[in-house]
Amino acid sequence: MTNLIRQYLWKVVFAGLMLAGAWATFVRFYWGLGASTNLTDQFPWGIWVGFDVLCGVGLAAGGFTLAAIVHIFNIKSYHAVVRPAILTAFLGYMLVVVALMFDLGRPYRIWHPIIMWNPRSVMFEVGWCVTLYTTVLMLEFMPAVLERFGLVKAHKALKTVMLPIVILGVILSTLHQSSLGSLFLIMPNKMHPLWYSPMLPVLFYVSAISTGLAMTVFESWHSARAFGRQLEFPLIQRITRVLAVTIAVYLAMRFLDLYHRGALATLNQPGMERWLFGLETVLMAVPMLMFFRERTRENPTAIYVGVVLFLLGFVTHRLNVSVTSLERATGVSYLPKWTELAVTFAIIAAGFVIFRMAAKYLPIFEEEEKPAAMRVPGLHDSGSPMLVTARGD
Amino acid sequence: MAKAILYDSTLCVGCRQCEEACSTRWKLPYNDKIAAEEKISAHKLTTIRTFGEKFSRKLCMHCIDPACASVCPVAALQKTAAGPVVYDETRCMGCRYCMVACPFQVPTYEWNARLPKVAKCDMCSDRGKDPTRCSEACPTGATITGERDAMIAEAKKRLADKPAEYFQKIYGLEEAGGTSVLVVAAVPFEQIGYSTVAKAALPQYTWNALQHVPDVAVMGSVLMGGIYWLSHRKEDVARKEGRS
Repeated sequence: MTNLIRQYLWKVVFAGLMLAGAWATFVRFYWGLGASTNLTDQFPWGIWVGFDVLCGVGLAAGGFTLAAIVHIFNIKSYHAVVRPAILTAFLGYMLVVVALMFDLGRPYRIWHPIIMWNPRSVMFEVGWCVTLYTTVLMLEFMPAVLERFGLVKAHKALKTVMLPIVILGVILSTLHQSSLGSLFLIMPNKMHPLWYSPMLPVLFYVSAISTGLAMTVFESWHSARAFGRQLEFPLIQRITRVLAVTIAVYLAMRFLDLYHRGALATLNQPGMERWLFGLETVLMAVPMLMFFRERTRENPTAIYVGVVLFLLGFVTHRLNVSVTSLERATGVSYLPKWTELAVTFAIIAAGFVIFRMAAKYLPIFEEEEKPAAMRVPGLHDSGSPMLVTARGD
Repeated sequence: MAKAILYDSTLCVGCRQCEEACSTRWKLPYNDKIAAEEKISAHKLTTIRTFGEKFSRKLCMHCIDPACASVCPVAALQKTAAGPVVYDETRCMGCRYCMVACPFQVPTYEWNARLPKVAKCDMCSDRGKDPTRCSEACPTGATITGERDAMIAEAKKRLADKPAEYFQKIYGLEEAGGTSVLVVAAVPFEQIGYSTVAKAALPQYTWNALQHVPDVAVMGSVLMGGIYWLSHRKEDVARKEGRS
């Protein structure tokens, strides 16, 4: 009974979000950006850039991280995570493009950077990388679809060219994940010193790697609740160990950078900046400490809570960079309009539902590979070098 | 040499003739209500700002190495050899990165248009080297147009001739790597609304990172390929041994 209620509740919530999103979409495209956002000449970028694009791309970083871990570094124990990660990435990038269509003043010109070049522009580079990488992701995701429909020949053909595709994907991701940070390098005077740093590209890259890993745990937990398919627990425990280390590396870099630039002194200044900086730091440091503790790693719920905290910390950092850091210099206090939130939530909800459908109908979470995970590494691995391994390969 | 504007705040009487002349350039409405708006927007590309008995003028600074042109992904903004920074609306896709990047907060947007454009002063680029409409309209000579070198010389002369009347600095000489609009005033510039910006040209800050893109691509390929080769060696060996 409660299951039934829960099921309907979520359907109603989803329908509500979609309706609000539809109305907001109409407002956006009929009356324009002025009517649908709180953006101004002084504050031209809001959450559609700060959250939908900057966080969206970061949350999709698992695609290249796990492709590299499994296919390049050949760490086979992570194999089961590759597919959900690539699905998230593919879906994430598609949704980022959808969000971008809302944000661009003239979305029908989104293809312009393909023929109108400006190689000095970070945005130009990001545009090219995202376009190419979305294509790469489609190719990386294809095996799951081909398998589902039993297209063995096409699957084999794709496998032979997968190595260069995976390498290309890792390089394109490295470039644009870091370049999202480089977008802000042009504003040394406008941004608050707690967030402006020549290190932004590196910080964005490292935080994206952690986020990509965290997202795989997040999805596995939800997939388990929805239809009982999930990653095996030992694998999740391994990921949380790695997460603890990558978050530690990120925080060490972040604070070394703040220290070297003398930016920590600004914590004495009154204002909301220091509180939002504190929030961002706590939301990253707490999950890191949690993941270092064995007791957390033994408890699935604790792991989930830690992952959610970390994802919130990641989002807070990116919103701080793109919104908070600019408020003082521009003299604007930006809060999104309901339409901006409605579009954002509708896109997130669509992402959840599409992922759920894909996980349900396509071979994403490889539960039937359980025996494979228990194999002694090296003993049975004498088969062909696996790229995207077919089910039952 | 390139065209430039010199604005002398000490000569400005706040008559707003420059604002009205500018509105004719863009065929924009101009009335008392718009005159009272002391900020630039898509319907007012230059403005006089009042600070007690002092005035200042805001318009595009036409940087020598403009941040807006460097960040535009479709090269809709260009610094021309003649001096003005011009905008080609047929290229613009409306990402508004130019507005975010500008250290002087100059580019504005048609927020209420269904198909909006960026709006900014183009130093009357339609007139070539001839003086801008705002310079022509100015009754006191507070805004004048000329070669940048000549304008710098003129500004220096004014600072030297009447040292007591001027704050001894030219705004725009070094700001953001130098601009084609130069300002002199009686008081420090931040007191009359001019923001303090870095002396270096801003595109360099981005280029420091962006220049490494080819390096990352090459090194990344070599590293990834190399790691793949090493990490799969065990399997290669096993396969060979199995075969022989």
